[in-house]
Amino acid sequence: MNEQVDIQDREAKEAAAKAAEYEHGWSSDIETEFAEKGLTEDTVRFISAKKGEPEWMLDWRLKAFRIWQEMEEPNWAKLGYPAIDYQDAYYYAAPKKKVELESLDELDPEIKRVYDKLGIPLGEQEVLAGVKGAKKVAVDAVFDSVSVATSFREELKKAGVIFLSISEAIREYPELVKKWLGKVVPQKDNYFATLNCAVFSDGTFVYIPEGVRCPMELSTYFRINAENTGQFERTLIVAEKGSYVSYLEGCTAPMRDENQLHAAVVELVAMEDAEIKYSTVQNWYPGNAEGKGGIYNFVTKRGLCQGARSKISWTQVETGSAVTWKYPSCVLNGENSVGEFYSVAVTNNYQQADTGTKMIHNGKGSRSTIISKGISAGKSNNTYRGLVRVAANADGVRNRTECDSLLIGDQCGAHTVPYIEVKNPSAQIEHEATTSKISDDQLFYAMQRGLDEEEAMALIVNGFAKDVMKQLPMEFAVEAQKLLAISLEGSVG
Amino acid sequence: MLKIDNLTAEVGGTQILDGLSLEVPAGEVHAIMGPNGAGKSTLSYVLGGRPGYEVTGGSVTFRGQDLLDMEPHERAAAGLFLGFQYPVEIPGVSNVQFLREALNSQLKSRGEEPLTGGEFLKLAKEKAALLKLDMDMLKRHVNVGFSGGEKKRAEMVQMGILDPAFAVLDETDSGLDIDALRVVGEGINAIMRNPAKGVLLITHYQRLLEVVKPDRVSILSKGRIVRTGGPELAQQLESEGYDAVMEAA
Repeated sequence: MNEQVDIQDREAKEAAAKAAEYEHGWSSDIETEFAEKGLTEDTVRFISAKKGEPEWMLDWRLKAFRIWQEMEEPNWAKLGYPAIDYQDAYYYAAPKKKVELESLDELDPEIKRVYDKLGIPLGEQEVLAGVKGAKKVAVDAVFDSVSVATSFREELKKAGVIFLSISEAIREYPELVKKWLGKVVPQKDNYFATLNCAVFSDGTFVYIPEGVRCPMELSTYFRINAENTGQFERTLIVAEKGSYVSYLEGCTAPMRDENQLHAAVVELVAMEDAEIKYSTVQNWYPGNAEGKGGIYNFVTKRGLCQGARSKISWTQVETGSAVTWKYPSCVLNGENSVGEFYSVAVTNNYQQADTGTKMIHNGKGSRSTIISKGISAGKSNNTYRGLVRVAANADGVRNRTECDSLLIGDQCGAHTVPYIEVKNPSAQIEHEATTSKISDDQLFYAMQRGLDEEEAMALIVNGFAKDVMKQLPMEFAVEAQKLLAISLEGSVG
Repeated sequence: MLKIDNLTAEVGGTQILDGLSLEVPAGEVHAIMGPNGAGKSTLSYVLGGRPGYEVTGGSVTFRGQDLLDMEPHERAAAGLFLGFQYPVEIPGVSNVQFLREALNSQLKSRGEEPLTGGEFLKLAKEKAALLKLDMDMLKRHVNVGFSGGEKKRAEMVQMGILDPAFAVLDETDSGLDIDALRVVGEGINAIMRNPAKGVLLITHYQRLLEVVKPDRVSILSKGRIVRTGGPELAQQLESEGYDAVMEAA
């Protein structure tokens, strides 16, 4: 095992040395424990044992694993990628646990350095550095699949908010986890979600009790740190009656030569009058300019608006990954519940994204808004795929969908695939789609005023994406704007 | 200040400028008049460095530098401003954001300190008042939903904020009613009438020249300057028409 780790470490360092092309293309030097390569029942047992899970959890994983073995990988998306050999990947890698940390100050300096490189926004940097009076943003760091440290736990606890790694939650709040895990995204939901059920490594659990407004933005930084390690995050957020929470998820990954599989599951539950705002900035390694390497990102995100007047908003800025397959959705069961989806997806070089949302209207008077901004450059392909479904007994449903595509250059593709299934005649559904190109007129105009070509491009692209960007919390918006510019570097001319 | 010497240029393989020579010293407002298709807009785009407008011969010297060797944003930073005949819309980007980024890029490339948000707003307010443009307009997206007149006034506010050494104004008077014409003309005087600055005022009609009095007037026809004279030349064009005046040349 140790010898293998050494080899992995050396390979990781070598990969980091080659990382010049990619801003976050580095690798850090933290000891890693691996499960043996490949996926069998033993792997599932290993992961569960490693995490000290109770038997019900192991049984739940094994059940999912057996279902998964009978399933076939979906191929309906407009994506092309070489077949994934699921037996040729690692399913568990965790930083070696040293001692229980009292606070983030005691965090491994190596991990802290990684936070720095991730460009964590200033507010959170201060929090990490322990600056007095720093704006409160709680960071639950999912580092290489396992939560290393959790901040502000005590203060959140006072408010009654539970913000833990999901592994901890399984041990400390088994009843809550049991009640909701797999209820929004069932074990047999889809190939990648089922795989996640069997082998999820870690993730986040958030519980907001009745009537509580979470006193801070909760934020988690994901990254993938070990070569050839599939990453299987699992997030569960439950907002009880009349509560509110805003959750931020940001991701970067170090440079890798081989494709890495990532299959996360996120489940949200909003009860009566509760609101969950879930924001993501995704910046995983997209592969190099020739399309080599890069993350495969197959994510299942779904929110359940269970109670009347509940609301779930998904906001995403997707610039990374070689292949993205992702449809954050809302199941609107509650009367007058509200679902929102705001998305910017950027693809450059050989990136492929097939992303969108599903709004399932089961509740009377439920409303949804979809704003999708796709930006394609290079030889990339960007597909919006969205479903709006209205159940027969859901009266007075409204949906507005706006789907805009921006093309840069003439070798990329933008595709819009809307599915609308309405079984109730009172529904009002609006769908608008536009496709435009960044015009030479715009570029020249901005350059004549003094901006260089890349500044001009960044300005125009950020303007195009503004309706979505303004949904992001402040500290995220700045990061996201920079990310758009970085992602499109070299796409001009 | 600006010296154009025997300039030839083509667009999509068609020659438009055919040996154009012109010199504008500092302190001069020089009007260029000419019939449709004479190459007026091409001249302004060539000076701005627009891709697709290919210079095939001649030279342009601007403040001692080879203008044709510079990228469009470098020309802007060197002090050249182009007032567009058809200002371009940039959705999602406010005028304030656009101009602050543009100005700070120019300042940066000239090695000067960029302006803070507060300093910039103060400057913008001042210039907007000069052009009688509501500050709220500057908070709207660049040229999106602006009327023709608003676009031209917004161009002038941009010019006021960027404070260029030399302005090439391409049919700034088109689409303006009488009142707007006066406001824009007075704005040009206020911003650009300066012994250290120069203006190339491209226009079709005499009426703007009643507000912005040119020092000299040149007639552009078939890609070259066919006649240069004093302000009276513009009046002569207005009363006799291009054909008569050019035949006389």
